[in-house]
Amino acid sequence: MATLNPAPNKVQPGKTKWDRVQEMDEFRLLILAKKEFVLPATVFFVVYYFLLPVLVGYAPALMSRKVWGPVNIAYLFALSQFFMAWIIAFAYVGAARKFDKYGAHILDTLKKEGYDDRQDGKEGL
Amino acid sequence: MHFDMTLTLFLTFIAITLGITAWASGRSKSSASFFAAGRSITAWQNGVAVAGDYMSAASFLGIAGLIAFFGYDGFMYSVGWLVAYLTVLLVVAEPLRNAGKYTMADVLAYRMNPRPVRAMASLSTLVVSTFYMIAQMIGAGSLVALLLKGSGVSFHTAVTGVGILMIIYVVFGGMLATTWVQIIKAVLLMAGTILLSILVMAHFHFSFYEFFTAVSNVTYHTPDGKTVVKDFMTPGLRFKLPYGPLELISLGVALIFGTAGLPHILVRFYTVPDAKTARFSVVWAMVIIGTFYILTTFLGFGAATIVGRDYIAKNGGNNMSAPLLAKAIAGDVFFAFICAIAFATILAVVAGLTISASTSFAHDFWTNVIHNGKERKPGEERLVARLAAFVVGLVAIGIAILLGPTANVAFLVALAFAVAASANLPVIVLSIYWKRFNTAGAVMGLAFGLVGSIVLILIGPSVMGIDPPSVVGAARHPIQMAPLFPLENPGLLSVPIGFIGALLGTFLGTVDPHAVQRFEELEVRANTGLGSEKAVAH
Repeated sequence: MATLNPAPNKVQPGKTKWDRVQEMDEFRLLILAKKEFVLPATVFFVVYYFLLPVLVGYAPALMSRKVWGPVNIAYLFALSQFFMAWIIAFAYVGAARKFDKYGAHILDTLKKEGYDDRQDGKEGL
Repeated sequence: MHFDMTLTLFLTFIAITLGITAWASGRSKSSASFFAAGRSITAWQNGVAVAGDYMSAASFLGIAGLIAFFGYDGFMYSVGWLVAYLTVLLVVAEPLRNAGKYTMADVLAYRMNPRPVRAMASLSTLVVSTFYMIAQMIGAGSLVALLLKGSGVSFHTAVTGVGILMIIYVVFGGMLATTWVQIIKAVLLMAGTILLSILVMAHFHFSFYEFFTAVSNVTYHTPDGKTVVKDFMTPGLRFKLPYGPLELISLGVALIFGTAGLPHILVRFYTVPDAKTARFSVVWAMVIIGTFYILTTFLGFGAATIVGRDYIAKNGGNNMSAPLLAKAIAGDVFFAFICAIAFATILAVVAGLTISASTSFAHDFWTNVIHNGKERKPGEERLVARLAAFVVGLVAIGIAILLGPTANVAFLVALAFAVAASANLPVIVLSIYWKRFNTAGAVMGLAFGLVGSIVLILIGPSVMGIDPPSVVGAARHPIQMAPLFPLENPGLLSVPIGFIGALLGTFLGTVDPHAVQRFEELEVRANTGLGSEKAVAH
């Protein structure tokens, strides 16, 4: 770590805090970790969701098959969408703990090096 | 008798919410307080408020009615309304909270030349909010007119009353009052829905088997007097070939990609202290919204089996399914309670729409487009927002009265979702995740999505159609011609149009080094919360 990060309380001249964060290893890891969760999760839920109208629309006979007394596949599949959404949401909250840890570490390092974390870059806001 | 009960309950709701408004007005002395409730709303509070902002009359009355009349096909709506929140959770909520201040446009304009981007984003926000709001107002007006037939409360009085109340909440209480109105409404709506569901199950002796057996044998009469028995669990009662399946997919596209582009939902994430709280608030909202939409099974199927399609059709139409179900199983008092909840529902949603529209006008258009990002004197932005809320309220009342209670408003809500999905979402996603994206791309993406979805609705079956002479007045299609585009929901085509516009603009424009450099800043901001807006102490 010591070779990667400059000595504490030393802001490198001409370098903004944005540049500094961009070159941190933790930041790359954070972006990567987010991608690794969000991309597959998004693809999965979009496919799973659109499977419902596609099957209901184009395979009505299959979807109308009764599996539990009067209850058919179509209804159970629709109901499963709710649980799918909840499971992904809770899995995301779990995965996001790691994101928060990286984030806190990045802000910590920045502070130690003497970059201020006050709000700025307001132009355009 | 039920009229007095409804009125008493509703006046109690009004008294409480006005009390909250008075309390909140003392705390809305700074811009962050007025526009973002001081960013001090907690995760569960914001989650409940998001749910209150989202579960509109279209859900409570509309979806229950669709299930009561078309069974399974109505339930398809419920599914999309929840799954859409995964887009909000995974893609939009946290970056937006970290990188923005008051509006969606804050994030869109961050890397770009702010004036054209904000002007377009503000226009699309106003279009979405206004259409959504007019639909809600007409819904409120017709509901009151139906419920209080013969009591002297007319459609005009009802619309004006709802409009004045929403103006008072927003102008005096700002985001803080709006938030609490939404929280109270969500709690009432959930209480009513859960109670109604339990009563429905009690009717079937708490046996799911008995309940679903009844649902699969629903008897009703067709308009020509024939008796039919249908299995309401079977798909296809509403969405029939050739275009039915495509219509369902297109609706899904508008919901899944539109919810994350609805300005009144997005602004809610500025009311919490940080991105982590925003994330938890989405999960809270998903638990509440999901529970509600699962329970629409009992409201809709309950109305279909216990009340029956024939009775509902004769007593106010499918939008009255949930209130009529309450009356059938628990009598007048519960009916009055459910009706009061329906009003509260509409009020909370229109207040949310008003504040997001007026914030966008004041912050994006007035301060940033016209005055180049500077308030000329402190508090000007708030003053303009209050005036805008007043004007938005008056315009909505005026248009709702002009269109009248029988206007076909379904297309207004479809339009709101379609514009949000086609204009707002592509540009939000590309701004946050695509380095090469530039000003031309953002402006063209917004413009293509906005114009594309509006045009497709105008040439679609919501606006164009040939009515028999028996259909009169505002219920007639505005253009008496066969529709040129077959789908009511244009999402399937208009969302790609929005993305194509954004790509086309980006590649026609030159690489913008400023936008690329600011992307690096935005990426850091969005992912770490560095430099994000902090909560203010009251």
